[in-house]
This record gives sequence, C-alpha cells and structure tokens, in this order.
Amino acid sequence: MLLLAIDTSTTAITTALHDGSSVVAEVTTLDARAHAEHLAPGVRAALAQAGAAPTDVTDVVVGIGPGPFTGLRVGIVTGRTFAFALGLPVRGLTSLDALAHEAWLRGRRGDLLVATDARRKEVYAATYVLDDSAATRMAGPLVSRAADLEPDVRGLPAAGRGALLYADSLPLAVEPVDVSGGALADLAARRLALAPAAPDGIRQQVEPGHGFDGLEPLYLRRPDAAPAPPSTKSTLG
Amino acid sequence: MSDEPLVLGIETSCDETGVGIVRGETLLVDTVASSVEEHARFGGVVPEVASRAHLEAMVPTIERACREAGVALRDLDAIAVTSGPGLAGALLVGVASAKALAVALDKPIYGVNHLASHVAVDIVEHGPLPEPTMAMLVSGGHSSLLLVPDITNDVRSLGATMDDAAGEAFDKVARVLGLPFPGGPHIDRAAREGNRIAIDFPRGLTTGRDLERHRFDFSFSGLKTAVARWVETRHRAGESVPVADVAASFQEAVVDVLTRKALLACKEHEVDHLLIGGGVAANSRLRALAEERCDKAGVTLRVPRPGLCTDNGAMVAALGAQMVAKGREPSDLGLPTDSSMPVTLVQA
Repeated sequence: MLLLAIDTSTTAITTALHDGSSVVAEVTTLDARAHAEHLAPGVRAALAQAGAAPTDVTDVVVGIGPGPFTGLRVGIVTGRTFAFALGLPVRGLTSLDALAHEAWLRGRRGDLLVATDARRKEVYAATYVLDDSAATRMAGPLVSRAADLEPDVRGLPAAGRGALLYADSLPLAVEPVDVSGGALADLAARRLALAPAAPDGIRQQVEPGHGFDGLEPLYLRRPDAAPAPPSTKSTLG
Repeated sequence: MSDEPLVLGIETSCDETGVGIVRGETLLVDTVASSVEEHARFGGVVPEVASRAHLEAMVPTIERACREAGVALRDLDAIAVTSGPGLAGALLVGVASAKALAVALDKPIYGVNHLASHVAVDIVEHGPLPEPTMAMLVSGGHSSLLLVPDITNDVRSLGATMDDAAGEAFDKVARVLGLPFPGGPHIDRAAREGNRIAIDFPRGLTTGRDLERHRFDFSFSGLKTAVARWVETRHRAGESVPVADVAASFQEAVVDVLTRKALLACKEHEVDHLLIGGGVAANSRLRALAEERCDKAGVTLRVPRPGLCTDNGAMVAALGAQMVAKGREPSDLGLPTDSSMPVTLVQA
C-alpha cells in the first residue's frame, strides 16, 4: 500500500505518503495565499522523497475541511484528479480530525477543542475525547466566533490556529497549530486497515462510511450573493 | 498514429468548466459544463458560486472528454490550462486539477492566457493562423484589439475597453429592458424584430480627439447609460418601451464601433486577416456587419462557430498544441494563477 494524503484546509499546504506501516514522506509549506502553487510540487517532492513513482500510489485521501474555501478546493480537486488519472480510490476525512489525531499521537488524552481559522473573525470548531484507543469527535464541525462557543468548550485545551488568533476566548492553546499531511495519512491508514477492501473496479469517489467522510467540501457557509434587484437605479437624477 | 501533439486543455476562468482535447490542429472533443443557470437569479456571475460548481464539474468533465474522444490520459503529450486572466478562485480549480494530471501522468504542463486561447481556437476550425493576424476579442470580461505575429509568444495589444466590456454592456442593457441574464443572446433575438436606426445611440471614442487619443480603445459605459436614460425617460412619460427597437439600436451602436475600429486597425497595420473571438462573436449582427465591411475592405474574416467563441477547453488545448508543436518550453509546476494576466503574456 502507498497512500497519498493531501490537506489544504489550514495555512499548511501539506502532503504525505504512508506505506501501511509508517509515514515515508511528508512535504509541508506554510503559505495561506498560494495553495495551488505549492501543492503539486509538494506531491512530486514527496514521491521523490519516498523513491516512488506516481503509479506506485494505491490510495488517495484528502482533507475536506472545513477551511477557507479557495485553498480548500485546491486540495480536494488535486486529490480527486490525481486519483482519477491513475484509476485509484479517493476518500475524504474531516480536516479537524487530523489535528485531533495528531494531538493524540503526541500523547494528549482527555477533552480537546480543535479551532482553526475560518477568517471573518470566526473559527471552525469541533470537540473531541482522546482516550487510549483514538480521538473521537463529539460535536461539530461548526463555524462560530470563538467568543460565542459555550464557556465549557472555550475552557478546553485548544489545538489549531484559532486558539492563537483568539487567545482572549481560547486561553489554553496546545499543539498542533495546522494540519500535517503525516497525521492525516496516519489517521487514514488506521481507518483503511479497519475498512473492508474497496470492491474491484472502484476508481474515483468512494462513498462515505467505515470511518471516511465522502469528498464534498465542508464549506459550512453559503456563498455571499444576493439576488439581483428587479430595477436599476435612476440615471436621470 | 500521428506525430502531432495530443493535448488536453482545461478552462475555468469564469462560469464554464471546459475540457477539450486537440491533436495538432484537429479538435477531438470539446466538453463544457456551465453553471450559468445558477448565476441567472443574481443577474451576473457570482465568483464563489462559480468556483463551487467548477470543483463539482471538474473530474466528471475530464472523464466525459476522454470517453467521447476515445483518448486515454496516458497517451497525452501535454496538459494545457488557463492560468489567467479570470476569476481568481475559479482559475485555481482548473490550474490545480491540471497540475494534478501533470504530476500523476508525468506530463508537461502549459499555463496559457485565456485571451490568446480565444484566438488560437480558430486554428482547429479554419486552419493555421496567417502571421500576422488581427484579432478582436469581445466577451463579457474583455474587449481587445490584438495584433498577433505569433500566437505562441508574440501578441501585441493595440487597444482595449476603457470601462465596460462589450458583453457586460449587453448584460446591463438587457437588465434595463427586463430581459434575462446573460443578455447577449436575448438582445440578439429581440433585435431581429427591431429597427437598427430607430434611435441614434452614441458611438464611444469614434470622433475627433477621442479617436486620435484612443484609436483602438473602446468605451461602452456611456452607451449603456444613454440606453438607460432613454428607457427611463419613456417610463416617466408613461409611454411604453419599444424593446425590439432599443435592442436593435443599442446592438448596432456596439457592433458598428467594434467593426469600424477592427477594420481601421487592419488598414493601418496592413493586415488582411481579421479574427473575431469571445462570447460576443456569437452575436449574429456582429457577424453580418463584420462580413459586409471585411468584404468591402478586402479583408478575410475568420470567426469560429458560436460554440467555440464562448469559453471552452478546446481553445486552451488548441493553444497548448501550438506550444508543443513549436517547441516552446513547458511552464513550471509551481506556476501561479494570475487573475489580471496581461494579454501580451501568452504563457505563465
């Protein structure tokens, strides 16, 4: 198995390869404004690091957010297209789960809030319980002002950039800050190991289930647009 | 098998998700998924709505193009993609997808200019471009006069709109007349029943010092306002608005200026081929008047069929195939999108 993981839901443009037992390559660039520039070269560099050809990849997993829309789409369309081009299954995972999983990998246990930057003075948030077996999502994801989260939630240790941006509301900032491709790949590999094999002939979007979330982006907001008013303003003054 | 380059082109600069495949100068397939209906109730293209639609349509459109052309992706020689100008978020979806193809298939990628692609598409319709060719691009986002010595690396801008694009003026006037979005086809249809000389609407930048200083530039904002004032005056007087006459007279003002300036450019630059591209080139009156005036001036007119005038992937593939055939270097895999990419920059 060689699993390619991609996430562009946070400031990190991150990609990693997992061979079924461990992460064998990871390339991450921090640049909130240039996802499309860095991602494809990152995938190529990760393949080179692993000494693998694109055709060696067997599975693709992408973080489906929530995250700022423009960057988020770059990762999802890259994962979908890469998988289509090589006839591979492609699956989605909630990006916030990768942050919680990384905290779990680092040994954190107990309750955890994950809060990432949703721009417009809001955060994307979800809560987790981390026990010895896994990080399990209890609520979310949702989009909210940090100050409007429930008081008991705001008092939790908080991973993600939201805790750095809104320290007044989220005083207990903990690592990690951004999604790591390696953590996403590790989480995906663990869930794949538990999932039944995909039926033969599947190439493209694998239905959600068995720990995976489908491939639709988690926008959590509608586009800003209002229907056009019926008449235009006067031109006669 | 042919030695000619097999190129897949992706276009997502506005509201059409386009994928085309070209072999050399032959069009194999042109597949377009449009989100125009999702924008209609907003009276114009909403960038975020367009970007979301591109993401959903991207892979299915590539898949359909390959299936209909009977092409396997591994047989491609290169991927071409619109890297600008256009809506930033929309461009990103196509460019990211093209890069993913380039990495997965280990193929070169060419990031190309949307406007140059509108010119290049006529190669798959009417054969090689004479060098130089005069090109006029008229769409919802652009109105440009271009002198094109070599479509793969030498495109010179003679003039462009100073305010509204021609297609934008059609959309805005359609709204004033209560016609649906996009305005172009609706005004074209309404105008067929109307009188072109019923109302003498202004022709921007066509006389005196304006013409001297802005010889090949366009301005349609004053015309749009003149139409709105004319219509509002009728409303205020309690009179009905002769929609067909207004549409026909407005349309005539636009196509009169466009064709006059295009032929003036041909004459002054001694070019005997004029190519008209972009969505507004689908306008029937523009085609008819351009033909009439080109005939008189001894200029050969080239206009791609309407389906290739609006945004599509075939035009991007057509330009990419020219790049490969002429041995141009591919773009870097880190190529950026450029929402305001200058028309003179053919490749990113």
